[in-house]
Amino acid sequence: MRIRLTCLMAWIGLVLMPLALAQSSGVHLPKSVEAGNAFSIQTTGNGNAVLYIVGPGQVLRRNVQLGEATFFGPGEIHNAGHYLVVLVGASAPENGAFDVTAAHQAATLSFLAKPSRLPIDLHDGISGVVYLFDAFHNLVLSPAQVSFQLSTGPGALQTRTALAHFGVAWTKMDSATKEGSAQFVARIGDVTSTRVIQQVPGNPCHLVMTARLSGQRLAVETQPVRDCSGNSLPDGTIVTFTETYNGGESTVDVPLKHGIARTDMPAYSGAKLSVATGVFVGNEIRWGKE
Amino acid sequence: MTIGRFLAIIIAATTVALIAVATLWPPQSANAMAGSGVNLLRVSSTPQAAVDNLAEAIGGRAWDKAYSSLANKNEFTELQFVRDLTGTYPSLRTYATLDSYDLRPLHATDDEAQIQLKLRWSSVVGTFLDTRDLRIVRSGNRWEVAWPIVKEPRVPPQVVPVDYLRWDVIYRGTEDDWGSQDVESPHVRIVDMHPVDRSGGVVIMGELLNEDVVPAFVTVKATLLAKDGSAIATEDSFDKISHVLLPKQVTPFLIAFHDIALSEVDSVHMDPSAILIAASADPVIGIEDQHLNPAPGASLTGKLLNQSGQVVNVAHVLGTFYDKSGQLVWVADQYVDRALLPETPVSFSISLPADIAAKVSSERAITATYSSSRLQ
Repeated sequence: MRIRLTCLMAWIGLVLMPLALAQSSGVHLPKSVEAGNAFSIQTTGNGNAVLYIVGPGQVLRRNVQLGEATFFGPGEIHNAGHYLVVLVGASAPENGAFDVTAAHQAATLSFLAKPSRLPIDLHDGISGVVYLFDAFHNLVLSPAQVSFQLSTGPGALQTRTALAHFGVAWTKMDSATKEGSAQFVARIGDVTSTRVIQQVPGNPCHLVMTARLSGQRLAVETQPVRDCSGNSLPDGTIVTFTETYNGGESTVDVPLKHGIARTDMPAYSGAKLSVATGVFVGNEIRWGKE
Repeated sequence: MTIGRFLAIIIAATTVALIAVATLWPPQSANAMAGSGVNLLRVSSTPQAAVDNLAEAIGGRAWDKAYSSLANKNEFTELQFVRDLTGTYPSLRTYATLDSYDLRPLHATDDEAQIQLKLRWSSVVGTFLDTRDLRIVRSGNRWEVAWPIVKEPRVPPQVVPVDYLRWDVIYRGTEDDWGSQDVESPHVRIVDMHPVDRSGGVVIMGELLNEDVVPAFVTVKATLLAKDGSAIATEDSFDKISHVLLPKQVTPFLIAFHDIALSEVDSVHMDPSAILIAASADPVIGIEDQHLNPAPGASLTGKLLNQSGQVVNVAHVLGTFYDKSGQLVWVADQYVDRALLPETPVSFSISLPADIAAKVSSERAITATYSSSRLQ
């Protein structure tokens, strides 16, 4: 029993001896490094070793002389995140870790402007969300002021500012009362990103048709169809003409072309003609006599 | 011999016997569908046999045989006869096959008879009926059919100026930044929806509006939910909808759930979807002379008038039916089997269930069209 215990103690001593020797080498790491910046790692001890740096999407391997500093140039480590350092030499491996942070200044903006097309005169209808990234596409987490501008033409400008938290800033804007394309710009410092918002006419508000005899048929056509702000509805908008007579009915779906819709319908004396687009109903005409 | 082996022999022998019987004495409708009836024609010794022979020749697309058997060949050419049955321009008729036919004697004398022939054609969108009242005349000891030719009108050569309007779409590319804009999907809205219990199932009808300024390819999906919130079934409108909706256009839709009682349903989740597509604003189709015909044989009839210069190969008419209070009570449809030529009216008829027809006070019809030239 005593012999066995002695052998066990000797074996433990042999195993632990290299670990005790390994304490003679080590690494001194920076607590954090800004992405893309140059930095160095100081090692202690004597002899040669291999330094591994393992991080998000990146692994570096360097042969180092223990006791000297190892330099990493600008841009060598560019992904923000937590990095693990392992020094492997003659003795047992040494471990350590440091963080790589995004730059404080945004270099690019990812600008999400929604929707890209909306009706006019909508309060808070346009939303803009900006994500701030540094030159290496790391999300910039430090607070920053972002300005948003929506311009729909000369003199029509909406401006908002928002503080970016954790790399994100957002705002909401109203659509204009006049149709057309609007430039939606997000800006931080000299960095800008532009989106185009198409502001389209709203629901029809003015739908009037006229009818006249054309040969054996009735030629019906609308006046220019407009929304409540006076904008012309775009070409292609469907206008439905309906004619009812003696228990019968005729209908035609006609697209607006050059702002008006026109078609031919059968001519029945006493017929009632009506016009509609979507769920909006226009005027009625009674043709001829009952 | 085991019982199993004995049964196997019996089954094999019966199968061989049935195949032999069906080969030697095939049914008439099978002849018509197989196109082999030409060699098995009976002598036209009676008016019915003459019509049978003609129908079988038509079913077998034996145009020479069918045309040569007619009594009034001097009134039209074989090409006109074929075009009467298959259409001059590509349409549902062109690719349809004869599914079956029925004869109904109307009148008969020693030398002349009248028989109604109902040809039931099968197409990719279902069957359609072609009904002809035939006059059959005696010629010696045999009978011949006088075919009531329907000559498709010809459009005179002309140039039709069209103020063409279409939408083309450029989508974002795969190489664009993830924050880059893409074209906005069209905004559509269900403006009316009614679930009803019908024929041992649930039918959901409604209307969908494209409230945007761009064309949309639309579908409507409905999910029936039980009281505990679980989904009972999900269906979509398939072809009971006009899938291409131009700006401010409204389409009806109908979704049928079979073998589900409305009492089992607590709520319905509607899911309309719209995709921005390239589309054309033409052709414009007028729907004229619409009439609601009461039961029996309740229907909505009318005529389609193609107001554009483009030939429409397939037209789909959807009818939306309302009661006196303006509430939607039914949605029905019909495909038109003939091509729509410019400024040439083509009739349509949408059948209505008798009980629904009694409630209907007004209707609205729309058309969806398909032109082969648009696909090129």
